[in-house]
Amino acid sequence: MKNGFWIFLAVFVTLGGSWCGFVLAPELQLGGAKQTTVLNTSDVYPVGRPGEATQGSSVYRANGCAACHTEQVRQTGMTCGVTLTEAGKNPQAVTNLISSLVLTNLTKEEADAASAKITAAGGKTEIHIAATGPDIARGWGMRQSVAEDYLYDQPVQLGNLRAGPDLANAGARTDANWQLLHLYAPQSVVKGSAMPPFRYLFEVRKIGREPSPDVLKLPPEFAPPAGYEVVPQPEARELAAYLLSLRANAPLYSAPISP
Amino acid sequence: MNEIKTPDARAETPDSKVDASLRLPLLALFGGAAFWLVAGSVLAMIASIKFHAPDFLAACPWLTYGRVQPAADDALLYGFCIPAGLGVALWLLAQLGQTPLRGALVPVVAAKLWHLGVLIGLIGILSGNSTGFAWLEFPRAGSVVLFFAYLLLALWAIMNFAARRDHALNPSHWFLVAALFWFPWIYSTANLFLVAWPARGIVQAIIGWWFANNLIFIWLALVGIGVMFYFLPKFSGRPLRNYYLALFAFWTLILFGTWCGIPPGAPLPAWMPVLSSVGATLTVVPVLAVAVIAWQTICGSNHCEPKGGPFCFIRFGTLSFVLASLMLISTACPRISRVTEFTWFGPAQTQLQLYGFFAMTMFGAIYYLLPRVVGVELPFPKLARLQFWLSMLGVLLFIVPLAIGGVVQGMKLNNPNFAFMDATKAMLPFLRTSTVGLLLILLGNLLFALNIFAMTFIWEKSLVKKAYAIVIAPLKNQEVKA
Repeated sequence: MKNGFWIFLAVFVTLGGSWCGFVLAPELQLGGAKQTTVLNTSDVYPVGRPGEATQGSSVYRANGCAACHTEQVRQTGMTCGVTLTEAGKNPQAVTNLISSLVLTNLTKEEADAASAKITAAGGKTEIHIAATGPDIARGWGMRQSVAEDYLYDQPVQLGNLRAGPDLANAGARTDANWQLLHLYAPQSVVKGSAMPPFRYLFEVRKIGREPSPDVLKLPPEFAPPAGYEVVPQPEARELAAYLLSLRANAPLYSAPISP
Repeated sequence: MNEIKTPDARAETPDSKVDASLRLPLLALFGGAAFWLVAGSVLAMIASIKFHAPDFLAACPWLTYGRVQPAADDALLYGFCIPAGLGVALWLLAQLGQTPLRGALVPVVAAKLWHLGVLIGLIGILSGNSTGFAWLEFPRAGSVVLFFAYLLLALWAIMNFAARRDHALNPSHWFLVAALFWFPWIYSTANLFLVAWPARGIVQAIIGWWFANNLIFIWLALVGIGVMFYFLPKFSGRPLRNYYLALFAFWTLILFGTWCGIPPGAPLPAWMPVLSSVGATLTVVPVLAVAVIAWQTICGSNHCEPKGGPFCFIRFGTLSFVLASLMLISTACPRISRVTEFTWFGPAQTQLQLYGFFAMTMFGAIYYLLPRVVGVELPFPKLARLQFWLSMLGVLLFIVPLAIGGVVQGMKLNNPNFAFMDATKAMLPFLRTSTVGLLLILLGNLLFALNIFAMTFIWEKSLVKKAYAIVIAPLKNQEVKA
């Protein structure tokens, strides 16, 4: 049995290695993470979600939205551009210099070099950074997602399938009315959408003495029968509030972009 | 090898005694597993149909896609794969050690408890109480029940292993015992740090990836290969080729494979995805070792059995393991991952791992061992063979279109000139084919469940007959004596 003990220990250590690497070490490195600041400002990031949006996060979890939607944007690279902010004392020389330089689609090093040349000639410059990649080009975000974006998420729902579009910045491209319409009848705002309707988050009821102020204004082919109205239930509002709270565009040290 | 006879004079326990001691626990484990297998594939069908008709069952919150899909996955993994794996492992350890299981009542209760945990968990998901973590969706009540049921079953298996009469160690022992030990560790870690006292922010995602990989890739691989390394030599009538390569595969699998799972593009400090990719690349070694062992063991064997018998299931499982692992490893390469990430390639890989590899291996093992354990012939042997063809064709029709479609979808997603809707529309024909595949899998699963349930029924009927005979026997005796 002496042998057996050593074998057991070896298996224990081998398996435990991955536990130390991918449970313990990440917890030590990131488990105590605090808010960071937005690049070149003193604003803190991220800020906690408002209460309604936090409740909406649990509606998102309960209905398994993450089965089809990711909340993570990828970028494949970045480009820099240089702009002149002040011509300085010798505008003619700076203008001549600029016309001989390439100032867009540069790497960081090229941008720094161009900026240095212009500064040497007396002008003042600003370097703009923009992320590139298909996700960025689709308008799903201005930069890649980074660890900091998820500080207050509970649970963190990154998702791993894009049967529907990425939602990391859903709040930056839609409004509450659109979200509610889309939840009630996805095809009413996105033609050919494969998303199932979430009509159970709404109430279809007889119009009382006067229509509810929250009534959903649907196109005729999705509208309820005459005399009825569609009113979002609290869960629908919360979910919409959560989706609108999804914004991960702040420039950070770990994901620099120019606002 | 179970052929090796221990030289000492102690009488060998006949296989039948070992088998009889396992009858009740295995019937409890496999019966529930067969039920969840069918339930899971019905849920998967519902989820799949929703892609063609989004309005299908949309008014019922319990059956919305985001609940049905994880419920289907968990029913397959927790409902079928794990209890089936535990049952086969129990049998294998008792067989290899030539030791009947003692106190069989405890594993019976544990098996019932496990299936109760699955029921609680699935109701939890469908009623909107999922935890939101992939492969860990079961709410707390379900997880706790599962955890303790597992502990009891694993404890009994280990006690049986420790008390074994045949002391020779077989490569299967290594794989099975490591698996028995690894699940409580990963499952408790995931539940404690994700559900009970959640870690902060992105750490949750890292622990989630680690857990999912260690459950779906490592745990299933350990049990599945352990079973494979017992049955391949048995069916082909040749020894495993060879012992040392099998141990090499074991050590490299747990050394490298446990580090897979973090996608190369994940929003994390760079060292984590890089380390994970390195681990995944090195995992090629154990996968190829398993392929070589299987090839050399099977090749040239003149075993003949009707097409579609247990050997076919296990061979198909072996092939699927190699393919699924290579698919997994390929997605750890950043260039490939950039295309396949977030596409249907991932679900195709998972299904090949869960069903093509693990479930098929278990079907083969169960079709072989259950008639011996219960002492009843397979009621519908032809349907069992038909199941092989249905399940195999179903897996192929599910995996191949989704994997190819995933690549097409990924290329379209990576080209912003294609609207997002184009990528979704391009998937539709592939999704349709995969629904047909799911239908075949569902039919195959029904045939499996039919065989298991009919066998249980026949055995119960024979029990009742025996009991009846005992009740009336003394009377007859007295009459004779009188």
